[in-house]
Amino acid sequence: MPKEHANWSPYDNNGGTCVAIAGADYCVIAADTRMSTGYSILTRDYSKICKLKLESLMEKRIRNWLFAYLGVELASQSFRRIKDKCDFQVYLCRFMVWEYLRADKSFMASSGFQADVKALQKVLSSRHLIYQHQHNKQMSCPAMAQLLSNTLYYKRFFPYYAFNVLGGLDSEGKGCVFTYDAVGSYERVGYSAQGSGATLITPFLDNQLKSPSPLLLPAKDAVTPLSEAEAIDLVKTCFSSATERDIYTVSSYILVFSFSYAFALSRGVNESSRDQKINTRLELD
Amino acid sequence: MVNILKYRCLKMPSETMEVPKTGFSFDLCRRNDMLAKKGLKSPSYLKTGTTIVGLIFENGVILGADTRATAGPIVADKNCEKIHYMAPNIYCCGAGTAADTEAVTDNISSQLKLHRYHTGRESRVVTALTLLKSHLFRYQGHVSAALVLGGVDVTGPHLYTIYPHGSTDTLPYATMGSGSLAAMAIFESEYREGLTRDEGVNLVTKAICSGIFNDLGSGSNVDVCVIEKGKKEYLRNHLTPNPRTYVSSRGYTFSKKAEVLLTKITPLKELVEVVEVGGDAMEE
Repeated sequence: MPKEHANWSPYDNNGGTCVAIAGADYCVIAADTRMSTGYSILTRDYSKICKLKLESLMEKRIRNWLFAYLGVELASQSFRRIKDKCDFQVYLCRFMVWEYLRADKSFMASSGFQADVKALQKVLSSRHLIYQHQHNKQMSCPAMAQLLSNTLYYKRFFPYYAFNVLGGLDSEGKGCVFTYDAVGSYERVGYSAQGSGATLITPFLDNQLKSPSPLLLPAKDAVTPLSEAEAIDLVKTCFSSATERDIYTVSSYILVFSFSYAFALSRGVNESSRDQKINTRLELD
Repeated sequence: MVNILKYRCLKMPSETMEVPKTGFSFDLCRRNDMLAKKGLKSPSYLKTGTTIVGLIFENGVILGADTRATAGPIVADKNCEKIHYMAPNIYCCGAGTAADTEAVTDNISSQLKLHRYHTGRESRVVTALTLLKSHLFRYQGHVSAALVLGGVDVTGPHLYTIYPHGSTDTLPYATMGSGSLAAMAIFESEYREGLTRDEGVNLVTKAICSGIFNDLGSGSNVDVCVIEKGKKEYLRNHLTPNPRTYVSSRGYTFSKKAEVLLTKITPLKELVEVVEVGGDAMEE
């Protein structure tokens, strides 16, 4: 008698596409917002992007720290009021320190099986929380990348069915993108696409952005030469093209997070700061 | 390796010219069965995961279809035609394997034309129905064509659905394909008897749009075909609700990568001798 196989699978594929591009001082990370199964749409409004965010207690601590060492209660005051009251240069510097410490360091976009994605996000968020309490700071994006890899490999023989890209800024403020398989193999790259439209988008990005080989010596920077606006433009083009040929990608709504912070620490105060753009929803029509 | 030629060699060439058998060739079925058992994956076919609909209005029949053809999760054709010609007064929407729907409608269409030459009368929709269903039944569902057949003949307007196994339905409004539920939801709530032409076209368009937006197997544009007594109107791309979502103002350049290393042209005439065979070998 032949062995009976289970005709039930614990996995599903909910489709969707994620794209991330790293630049010199920004990172763009984008995903469509549809969740589907088979030929059906489960919802048209579901974010695949998870913000590994600053814990609220930590925010208070940073505020207190700045208050103690820099002598100004920044959080309760608007930038304009600080500017009016004090020497502009000094306070611009302090404001930027505040913005830097407060800003979120990494975003994870995931396609695959959304139940597994949710579980993975929960694990990662709680690990990040513990880290913040233990170290009094947020995890850097490269550290988060290693943690994500370990978390995925921990379930090597019953994997999270999740295909991730992690985007953020490293400790130098340079854009970084990490791309993964389902069991935790990862690589730092200049750009990446994951999910159902990845097979269509990746060759296009390869053609447009030409990443240097990771085997080159001396190592070449993986970040793309594009400006932030050009990168967002490229991402939108990727999605509208993938939508036409992949039934699981939709471009009428995509979620684009683009963020960069020029901070005073390493670059001097006079360099003009860029606005931190977080949670920018771009609606294409 | 398996010697595929073995079976052919067993048969001796006969003296008399054999008339080739009509219909499908099943020569390779046994071989394919064995290869499948050994683990060979059979190739996938182009499926038209589809929304097709039809309804009867006050003086005729309206058919509608989306224009997406898929191969797995990939859109193989963004603007295909799923409303097939059967006769001047009969059209047929097809869902299922694209090759099957095209072949079966072409085949029956040609039979109908011969029948018209023979009788000198306009084809009837029931004739098309009977030919289609007996063809599909003969192949026990292996010809995977799900059809919505509509037309107007001497006995009035008719609308039928035909399932891949050969069963049929006679209905005032019908839907088929993976988007059939989405489209039927619209018909069930809004269809009534005695719709005008414009109301009918609008309802069909709405039903197809329901399939396009709610079923991932359907997409792109709406085709409509209106058949009335003595006239028909094929509205190709009646509605295009899915235009390109974003065009970059910058434009893109694609650098040339592949280099031509060698070009050599050998004219065929140097290799073969062309002999003119006079007359009507290729006459229609």
